Amino acid sequence: MDGIGIIKGLGVTLRRFIATYVDDIKWLGRRYYKEEGIQHRSSADTDGIFTVQYPEEKIPVPEEFRFIPFLVYEEKDDGSVFYRCTSCGICAKVCPTQCIWIVRTTDPRTGRPVPEPAEFYIDVDICMNCGFCAEYCPFDAIKMDHDYELAVYDRHANNIYDKKKLGKPVSYYASIRPTNYKREEELRAEAEALKAAKKTPAN
Amino acid sequence: MSAQVVTENVDLLEKFPQSVKQDDRAGYAGYIVSADHLLEVVRFIRDDMGFDYLASITGVDYLPNGLMEAVYHFYKTSGGPGLVIKTQVDREQAAIPSLVSLYPGADFQEREAWDLLGIRFDGHPDLRRILMWEGFAGHPLRKDWHEPYYEEEGKPYKSRWPEGKVYRREDKNPFHKNVDYPAGFDPDKWVPDDDSTLYASVNKISSAGGESGIKTDYVIVNMGPQHPSTHGVFRMVVALEGETIRALKPVMGYLHRNHEKIGERNTFLQNMPFTDRLDYLSSMSNNFGYALAVEKLMGIKPPERAEYLRVIMAEFTRISNHLFAIGSLLNDMGAYFTPMLYAIEERELILDIFEATAGSRIMCNYFRFGGVARDLPEGVEEKMRDLAFKRLPRKIDELDLYLTNNEIVKARGEGVGVLTPEQAIAYSASGPVLRASGVPYDIRRADPYSIYDRFDFDVAVRYHGDVYDRYLIRVDEMRQSVRIIQQALNGLPKGPIQEGKPQYLVRVPAGEAYGRVEAPKGELGFYVVSNGKANPWRYHVRAPSFVNITALETMAKGNKVADTVAILGSIDIVLGELDR
Repeated sequence: MDGIGIIKGLGVTLRRFIATYVDDIKWLGRRYYKEEGIQHRSSADTDGIFTVQYPEEKIPVPEEFRFIPFLVYEEKDDGSVFYRCTSCGICAKVCPTQCIWIVRTTDPRTGRPVPEPAEFYIDVDICMNCGFCAEYCPFDAIKMDHDYELAVYDRHANNIYDKKKLGKPVSYYASIRPTNYKREEELRAEAEALKAAKKTPAN
Repeated sequence: MSAQVVTENVDLLEKFPQSVKQDDRAGYAGYIVSADHLLEVVRFIRDDMGFDYLASITGVDYLPNGLMEAVYHFYKTSGGPGLVIKTQVDREQAAIPSLVSLYPGADFQEREAWDLLGIRFDGHPDLRRILMWEGFAGHPLRKDWHEPYYEEEGKPYKSRWPEGKVYRREDKNPFHKNVDYPAGFDPDKWVPDDDSTLYASVNKISSAGGESGIKTDYVIVNMGPQHPSTHGVFRMVVALEGETIRALKPVMGYLHRNHEKIGERNTFLQNMPFTDRLDYLSSMSNNFGYALAVEKLMGIKPPERAEYLRVIMAEFTRISNHLFAIGSLLNDMGAYFTPMLYAIEERELILDIFEATAGSRIMCNYFRFGGVARDLPEGVEEKMRDLAFKRLPRKIDELDLYLTNNEIVKARGEGVGVLTPEQAIAYSASGPVLRASGVPYDIRRADPYSIYDRFDFDVAVRYHGDVYDRYLIRVDEMRQSVRIIQQALNGLPKGPIQEGKPQYLVRVPAGEAYGRVEAPKGELGFYVVSNGKANPWRYHVRAPSFVNITALETMAKGNKVADTVAILGSIDIVLGELDR
């Protein structure tokens, strides 16, 4: 009979409509504006509506999420900062959109390059967030950020980031990418140990 | 080196000793056919050798040798390796016989080669520009054509490091030194293109008379370029007799950014994130095809675990793409956004997996030459298992129950936009469009790549070739993809995910390669030519959306104007890939 297919289909819609309320009642008071509720709504067991009420609610981003690079600096005890970047230029060379500009520092006395950038610019208007710079940086000096709320009123005045605007402390990096940070620190410690071991017999 | 191309087939050389010779350049394969005898040789290839499917036509500009080369890839719909032939002509007077009379699917691809490379195809029935506009000067993929803001032949640009003099492109006046006007061109006296060539092409049919034999005037209707029910900025010019379509010409290129020229400026690796932006609903599949092509040139293979991860990602992409395709097809039919949003929910969960693994939901950029970018982070495998074993099978069944027997879907789909198997092959249709017409041709089976030969799955096929079957086949394919993912997850080995050390500047030996995958929308091929330098000499994308659209007019003819929207939806185009 004509119409059976439509009625069955509407049954699906009705089931989903009811499921929304069932799920709301089951998770009463915990489904919205709570972290566990947001987790539940984006898990495979969820039933009912998916909608996240941005900006009141935000989906937590996974660790590997990448958005706009930043430069990692280390803070010394005396308050001075030390950028890990050596201005080797690999990020600028691998960048698909060529949105990275680096000015190398030269020693005024010898005229030879010093491993530290005098300036570092990223045009975030044309950055495509591919993450190559972070992936291929041998010094873990440039990393991808998690902050995706970058809207400004005047992009011409604001969207070429310089070294100061790009810099973020190691502690921030460790907070957004704990597993990656741990793995890198272990590798670094290993390399240092190897170096030290090589040095010892020579002494 | 393209290993899949037949090289020991001596038939051609024996049959045409005068006009065919082996392509013996290092790293190249196939045959070089002289332009005068091309049609004769191709007819032999089609009728006697059985290569009934013309997969790809493109050209390469060998500027240093003064040669323009057209490259043709032929396959058999019964499966097996392909055959590649080339024709070389002087690049200043590049003219090659058109293959449209033998393979109607050559139509748009030849127009593209004319538009971008300036190869004139003699005998082509409608040789107009296709991606650029009619008034455009020059052929942008020629090596001596430079784009505005041209800096250097290839990236990385020297201005970035170590001087690093930062500037903003918009700050350079685009109307100053960056624009070359053709000789004798005066911008003040210029009259914009009034589409007269386009309308002339649509009007070709009007002299033939209508169905009744009485000479009829046709009404020309422009659907688009911003028609809300099209899938992007796409335009169809239709000639109507009453409400019936008598002719249809798609107009495209509104999203054209010359992806291939950008690709030739990029280094090999830099192209990877750009491929994401082709078919932005299935970026993992785009990565896959490009990685295969370059790996063929480099002669490397990814380790086991990476192969499994690639297959899992590609199949998840297929599911999410088909969900989206079904959703938007139903949108086109008038079921406004309820099916779409049901479909998008599952896609959302798949994108969560991509985001956790690749770092981005849509622009995944996950594949590398000889591997993948990173291993699965903690917890992602469980998410994948939850989806593949529990949720997706249930949800696909729900979608099936919801839509398949719906009388409106049937009434709008059955018998509408029919493409017969012979037409589908002749028009080089691929993917779901080809298989819904009863041709069981799936590259994963017909010419297996990666590790698809290890999995147990069926090639979905439907026989009516109408809109309804093109809907059904996507449901079938999602079920098969779930099967593949389940097997791959169960067999997922441990181990490295990258062959050798990751390199930011890969060494690619000189040669050519055609890597093709069964992308969700059809055959996605990447034709890459390397001359041993950091940037590819030629980078061509055989985009399934673009080639499938060649058959649109045939599908639409004789149907009502309201059905074009459903027919277009059933092909499942994405403008990022169509316009490139």
